This record gives sequence, structure tokens and C-alpha cells, in this order.
Amino acid sequence: MSFPHRHLLGIEPLAPAHITALLDLAETYVDLNRGEDKHGVELAGLTQINMFFEASTRTQASFELAGKRLGADVMNMGMQTSSLKKGETLIDTALTLNAMRPDLLVVRHPHSGAVDLLAQKVNCAVLNAGDGRHEHPTQALLDALTIRRAKGRLHRLNVAICGDIAHSRVARSNILLLGKMENRVRLIGPPTLMPAGIAEFGVEVYDDMREGLKDVDVVMMLRLQKERMDGGFIPSEREYFHRYGLDAEKLALAKPDAIVMHPGPMNRGVEIDGEIADDINRSVIQEQVEMGVAVRMAAMHLLARNLRAARAQARAGAPG
Amino acid sequence: MRTLLTNARLIDPEAQTDAPGWLRIEGGRILAMGPGETAAGDEDVIDCGAKCLAPGIVDIGVKVCEPGERHKESYGSAGLAAAAGGVTTMVTRPDTTPAIDSPEVLEFVTRRAREASPVHVLHMAALTKNREGREMTEIGFLMDAGAVAFTDCDRVVADTKVFSRALTYARSLGALVIAHPQEPGLSAGACATSGKFASLRGLPAVTPMAERMGLDRDIALVEMTGARYHADQITTARALPALARAKANGFDVTAGVSVHHLTLNEFDVSDYRTFFKVKPPLRAEDDRMAVVEAVQGGLIDIISSMHTPQDEESKRLPFEEAAAGAVALETLLPALMRLYHAEQLTLPEIFRAIALNPARRLGRDCGRLAACAPADLVLFDPDAPFVLDRAKLQSKSKNTPFDGARMQGRILATWVDGAIVYRRE
Repeated sequence: MSFPHRHLLGIEPLAPAHITALLDLAETYVDLNRGEDKHGVELAGLTQINMFFEASTRTQASFELAGKRLGADVMNMGMQTSSLKKGETLIDTALTLNAMRPDLLVVRHPHSGAVDLLAQKVNCAVLNAGDGRHEHPTQALLDALTIRRAKGRLHRLNVAICGDIAHSRVARSNILLLGKMENRVRLIGPPTLMPAGIAEFGVEVYDDMREGLKDVDVVMMLRLQKERMDGGFIPSEREYFHRYGLDAEKLALAKPDAIVMHPGPMNRGVEIDGEIADDINRSVIQEQVEMGVAVRMAAMHLLARNLRAARAQARAGAPG
Repeated sequence: MRTLLTNARLIDPEAQTDAPGWLRIEGGRILAMGPGETAAGDEDVIDCGAKCLAPGIVDIGVKVCEPGERHKESYGSAGLAAAAGGVTTMVTRPDTTPAIDSPEVLEFVTRRAREASPVHVLHMAALTKNREGREMTEIGFLMDAGAVAFTDCDRVVADTKVFSRALTYARSLGALVIAHPQEPGLSAGACATSGKFASLRGLPAVTPMAERMGLDRDIALVEMTGARYHADQITTARALPALARAKANGFDVTAGVSVHHLTLNEFDVSDYRTFFKVKPPLRAEDDRMAVVEAVQGGLIDIISSMHTPQDEESKRLPFEEAAAGAVALETLLPALMRLYHAEQLTLPEIFRAIALNPARRLGRDCGRLAACAPADLVLFDPDAPFVLDRAKLQSKSKNTPFDGARMQGRILATWVDGAIVYRRE
């Protein structure tokens, strides 16, 4: 299985073959997770630290469960309340943790690039659990696995990503991944929530949702942050739902077998109609959560394998 | 005592010539100069080895971190860096802690500069108290104490009424006001230029239009008040027509640009390299090329280092949180040699922008190769290649974007008032 990476910082450095390898491995963990005995030993003896500088429930839980199922010792550090408040810099925090000799570091940070910076300073494998508006690679990978299982393939699909593209790391990672796997990506949203220069990413941009949804295979909704709802970027919640909320009428424009996705947590009645979210024939939102654990198990397994190989090589090369 | 510099390639920004010749110094001034060879009399003779001899650089916008952050840069370390970079006059910024906004603080830095710096230092003072954009400083007293220009540096005086009054008052004293053209509402929180790169990296970005809007506002106020105005950095193509119109209308307006905006673009930030974080942020390649052309044509008058020392702690942070700015006193000339070797600017054009024009704008008689002008000179080899090692910089802070870069252009010697202040071993 080819996955020549020390860290998982983003989708950008991954080649299509690496993505496929990771998803194939994740499939085996889906089966494991559905079985009676959910335990693997791939991370046995290793220490995994989850450092979340930004609040998270589901992503942190997913990483924690993934680590525990593979036998790692998992520690959660809620960094919003911790040393940064006391003035410690990110790098000092990283060095402190590094001295505790973790093997896997899962990091979420409110600033773009912060996880890259941290990865330069530690000796372990780093997984980006979301940095600012930059990337959220495991989310894109779990979305990819969900799509592949629902559609039977991960290429030549029309995928619409709808909502707040500008502030979304999920959108960026998905745009990169779906592009690498040769899908057509459409971005739908009000122009105030569309980043500058986005058309140069090889995507089609729509500000009319009805037009954008025509004949798509996958509808990926994004969460609209509460603080962006009033006046700043959009006039109001209700106007947003009217124009960009996914309801049955708009979804009818997509292909009849189109699936509906959402990274969660959802704002029912803002970006997505509650009934669609719950429609088991269309919505794969629960599957996404399930795939999340499997994809994170696969990612940590591959990085741990590379880490062990690198350490064995270092030992073999070291004198004495 | 006389000194004769022979066998030189004289770079004369006034005549816009680049030709072999000689130059004679006496009593701290240029005594005479001429083409070809001359017979040496009873004097010291220095053979320039056919290298370039040009007027010393006058660098408007140098940050020396006294008072407040002397660990980042002192007048001593900045002065050594300047001498090593061929900068014979540093024109310093008032964005210190506290700001240079009163005659007392100005007197302190004037004394420190006199004690510690081997090159000339001229000081700018803040336009508003503590650079807060609310009340104007004592412009008259500060001028009496030697302030050569008034600026709040990278802070925009957002209140138009405050700014127009400050310009009006400055006008009555003939004071030069230097502003940072930017629409502060649009640029708030931004650390990159909007476009594909900023979107890919997920960085908060500002549209290049914000610079034009800031310049448009400032020019309208200049038209209203008749003030002497200099825009510190024009870095985008869209601002250039507004600048050209203001000049065509005869307003007393000039503009500058930093060496970084002439030689780097937004993609150099790459994987969040904070040494490339400057203010305004690096621009698109099209903008960079337009600005180089504007320097070539004389629309942009002045090139500065915008020397901004930052310690490692201020830079080793996530990109958004990291401090902006780069040191450049020593890399100004070598970086500009990239444009010379790319045949985008000639050496006389470069020295027009780094010596003659800034001196003229401040009413100084340096920046020229002419009889009676001060013997502030730089001797350099525009072709000598080297790889920049930031550890070897004279500045206390080593935050250069050119670390490890292959560069061409070595400063061989620097004279201030006829005395050698730097000589390359």
C-alpha cells in the first residue's frame, strides 16, 4: 500500500494512488467496526494526543475512538482553556508535548497553516484535524469513502458543494480531493461567501442554486456559521434558506439518485431542510460519521506504519 | 586631505549615465569628477577596479527599534547594516514603542543615532499622537527638532477630518506627510492579497483595490489642502493611474515602493513562510511587473528597504498571528540587482529611485554625483554572486525573505562624508 507521507496535513500533497490506498484500507475498518470485536492492534503501544485549539465534539470523538479501537493510548487536550491563555506560544506547546514522546498528534487550530508549523517542530506523525480555513483532510477522505460506497466509484461524478465556501476548510479539501480523482466540482453559494480567485481551481461557480444542482450526482451541503448569518455576509437566515437551503424542490433538479451529504453539525432550516436530512433514501449523513472513524483508523495506521519503519531505519543506521 | 577614486564605473542618477571615470573627494565632499582617466596629484588613490561607484543610498522608512525594542535593532546594529548595504542615510520610522511623537522622544533618538550610527540618520515623526489617528502631533516643534517628514507608518488615519486637518496644518509649515494608502475597512485582518493563492492557503485577504481607494482618498485631500504628500508604498497596478493623474494635475505628490514588492510575489509565501509576511501583503505577479515598469518610467519615485526587524518569537507563529515586516538594509541593493540583470531597470534608474529622488524629496543635497555634493558613496560589484546567509547579517534581527537565496551584487565599500564606513574584506 503506497502512502509515502510522514504527516497528513492536507489533501494537496496526496497523489490519487495514495488516496485510493487509504480508502481501500478504510474499507477493511468499516467491516471491523461493524463486527462484534472492534479491536485491532495496529497502534498498540503508541500514544496518540488529540490537541484541539478549537472546540470540537464529533471530530475529536471520532479520532479518539479510531485510536482506541486500534489499541493506542489516547489522551485529549482541550487547548482552548489551556496554556495558550497563559501566553505560551504554539511552538513551545508543541515542544512540551514532543518531550512526552507521543507517536501521533491530532491537531485542530483556528489559524490556517498552524498545523504545518507545528509539524515542523515535532518528531511524531501529525494529523491535521482542521486548520483555519485551510484544510480538513480526514473530512474530505471520509466524504470520498462515503461517495465511493454510495456511487460505486469516485471519478466522473458531478459534485455540488453548497454554502459558505469562503470560510470552509472542508470545501477546500474536498475541492482538491475531488479534482485529483477527476470529478466535476460545482460550487454554489452567494458571492459574498465565495473566495476570490476560486474559478482558477478548476471548478464551476454558480450563485443560482437551482441551476447549479441540475443533474448532479452528489450534493454536499456546508454548515453556515451562526456568526456569519446576520447582515455581514448574507441578509438573513430566512433569505439564505430560501435561496441556498436544500429542500425537496431544489433537490428534485439533481439526478434522481443523487445523494445528500453534510459534514455536521447541521442547522436544520438554514442550509438544509430537516426532512431531507432524515430521508434515508437520499441522505448519507449518518454514513459519513461512520466512515469518519474508519478513515481515521486507516490514516493513523498508515502514518504509524511509516513512523515505525522510519524509526527502525534510524536504529539500523545508528552506530552501536 | 584628498582622495582620488580612479578606474570606476560612475553611476550618475542625475545625468542618467553609466560610464568609466574618476571622482575626487576633499573635506567630506565631492571635489570633482570626470570621464576616463586623470593624473593623480599628491593624494590617496583608490583603484575601484572598474566596479560601480554611485551615490550612497537614501533609505526612507527604516525601522530602528529604539526606543522600546532594542533587542530587535539598535542604532548601532542598524547603522552597521546600513553601511554594509551601501545605505548612507537612514530615514527612520516613528512606529517605535513609544512612538516618536514628541520633541522629547525625537531628541532621545537623535542623540542615540549620533552616538551609535556610522551613517547619517534623519528622523521622521508621527503625524498623530501615539499614531492613533485622533490628534495631530506638535508638527512645528518636531520640525524644529529635526523631523524631516510626518507619518503614522502602516496605520491609516481613518478619520478623514483628522487627516485633512493634519494635512492643512502640515501645509502651513511646508512639512512632508507620508501616508500608507489603504482602505482600512477592507484591509482589516488581512494578511494576504485576495486571489487564488490566498484562497488555496485559506488566509484572510484584502483586495488590491483597497490600495487604490486609499490613494484616491488621500489625493482628494491633497487637492483640498495643498499638502506635500508621499505615498509610502504603491504596490498594485490599479493604483497607478490615480497616481499618474495626481502628478499630471500638478499636485505635490510622490510615491514609493518596497524592494520586496518589486522582487517577490504572493506565491513566495509558499507553505506559510512568515518571513515573507509584509505589509501590504505581497501581490500578484502582474502587479509586481506593473510596479517595476512604473519605477522604470519614473511614475513611482522612490524605492525603500522598508527595513522592519522582527525577532524569531514574533515570526515563529501561525501566519495570521506572525508579525509583518522584513529586514532589508543589507539586501536592498543585491535584490535590486535582480531587476538590473533582468534588464528591467538600469543602474542609473535604480539610483534615481534609491538615492537621488529620496534625497530631493527631503530637500537634501546628497544622492548625486556632483561637485560640492556630500561624499556619500557606495562602491559595488553588480555581478558578484553569493548565497545569502541570514546569520551573517549585521542586523540584530535576521528576518530576511532572501535567506539561502542566490543573489548577485556585492557592496565593496561605503563612504559617508568622505570617510570609509564599510569595506568588504
